[in-house]
Amino acid sequence: MQALTNRRKEVSRKPMTFIESLYIPAILKGMGITFRHIFTKNPTIRYPEQKRPFSPVFRGLHVLNRDEAGRERCTACGLCAVACPAEAITMEAAERVPGEESKYREEKYAAKYEINMLRCIFCGLCEDACPKDAIYLSETVTPANYTRKGFIYGKEDLLIPNRNVELEEYAEAIGESRRKY
Amino acid sequence: MSEQPLLKVTIDNITIEVPAGTTILHAARKIGGEVAPPAMCYYSKLEGSGGKCRTCLVEVSKGSEKDPRPMPKLVASCRTTVMDGMEVKNITSEKVIDARNGVVEFLLLNHPLDCPVCDQAGECHLQDLSYNHGKAGTRYEFQRRTFKKHNLGEHIQLHMTRCILCYRCVFTADQLTKKREHGVLDRGDHAEIATFIEKNLDNEFIGNVIDVCPVGALTDKTFRFKNRVWFLKPMDAHRNCPTCSGKVTLWNRGEEVFRVTARKDQWGEVEDWICNTCRFETKNASDWVIEGPRMIDRHSVISQGHYAGNIGTHVPTETFEAVNHGRQPQLLMDIHDVSKVNKPGSSLAKLKGPAHSKDFNNNQD
Repeated sequence: MQALTNRRKEVSRKPMTFIESLYIPAILKGMGITFRHIFTKNPTIRYPEQKRPFSPVFRGLHVLNRDEAGRERCTACGLCAVACPAEAITMEAAERVPGEESKYREEKYAAKYEINMLRCIFCGLCEDACPKDAIYLSETVTPANYTRKGFIYGKEDLLIPNRNVELEEYAEAIGESRRKY
Repeated sequence: MSEQPLLKVTIDNITIEVPAGTTILHAARKIGGEVAPPAMCYYSKLEGSGGKCRTCLVEVSKGSEKDPRPMPKLVASCRTTVMDGMEVKNITSEKVIDARNGVVEFLLLNHPLDCPVCDQAGECHLQDLSYNHGKAGTRYEFQRRTFKKHNLGEHIQLHMTRCILCYRCVFTADQLTKKREHGVLDRGDHAEIATFIEKNLDNEFIGNVIDVCPVGALTDKTFRFKNRVWFLKPMDAHRNCPTCSGKVTLWNRGEEVFRVTARKDQWGEVEDWICNTCRFETKNASDWVIEGPRMIDRHSVISQGHYAGNIGTHVPTETFEAVNHGRQPQLLMDIHDVSKVNKPGSSLAKLKGPAHSKDFNNNQD
């Protein structure tokens, strides 16, 4: 039979020699491997204190972005929902009334916006589809939860804090990496 | 009349015989497919329409059998009738493609880039046209022409900024209704569609101007911002209407009727005009007899998530209870307990106009 790899080795069925039956050389060889690892670099890190840097293309929890004046960018065009292969995004749109110009950037806005994180596969297609730079995938891993109910993220969970009003929350939201959303 | 000889015309190397008096556009539409030039202002059901937008320009490389000289300039195919032995080049001509790209650039000069907001997105002819012919950027360096929003009656919203001045709605109002009350005011760059002194349009058939509008300038206020067309399910339906044929397309989401429009053929033209009562006031599923899903072009974004057959028109039989001795399936989570979108009780489709922030504050739980 043709071998799949060239690393195939026939099982040896020869009886052990006297030296081999003492097992001592084999034990020493094994211990040698063990001791060598004491001096090699430790691959693990102490997680909560130490954190690994995220890859620049990491796709985590979604954020809904605001513009420089702190207005919501999302205009509920539905392109993220139509691009979503998992059909995780739903929204309901409303018309901006006079007096709400400081809250919403466009004449139409998403009154409700929901992402079902149980369905989301973090592919980032919503981010690609968005014509208004409104939705971004951040460097946050979606937190675990005991119940399924906690995975339906509404607008209050997704919307980034207003940088002109909620200064502390905003600083916390953009995180240590100071990545601009 | 019946003894009229048929004229032979060749469009993009495809020969077809048509009766005298047929326009090049109609002959090309008879062949169908890519050969038919796009038309933004011409509407076969409206007399006098056409000749304004210049998107249907074609090259006539041979005038006729008797006079084989080519026509000196590109001609508007919607207004030029065929001659015997005429040879027309549409997509095979470089000149035509180039001219059409230029026309699209001109149409987009003042057209705002608000497709994400516009209700017409997804079924907009200008959107299709600019996808096929347009450039990604604009060379226009000046402020775009803008107008204030107009209310044409209580059901129709006019966004004059989006208008490309095709005059279709003016012809519709003129020919379909007894007296016309809106038209084009001012000239040149200032030209705009308006009712004179903001006079309301209340004709029984005036809602049809929404369907004939190739862009999102005239939109249905009862559907405004409610949903995107590609999330809705178009269904052929009819109803016994005393004023019109009652044959419409319903745009459903589940059982809710979000929008009623006339049925449109493959050229985007309505098959039967429908009245305002059908369009704006009968938005209950029980008002209509549903015939089946509307056939939508496979390449249209509207056809996403639609399936062939009777899916969506009947409720499938659940087998779980039958095989489990009447026991209901145990759900880990009912999405409606958590989600605030698409609540079963509250319906956006029932609102008269677009939803506002107060509509969402009232039904918040």
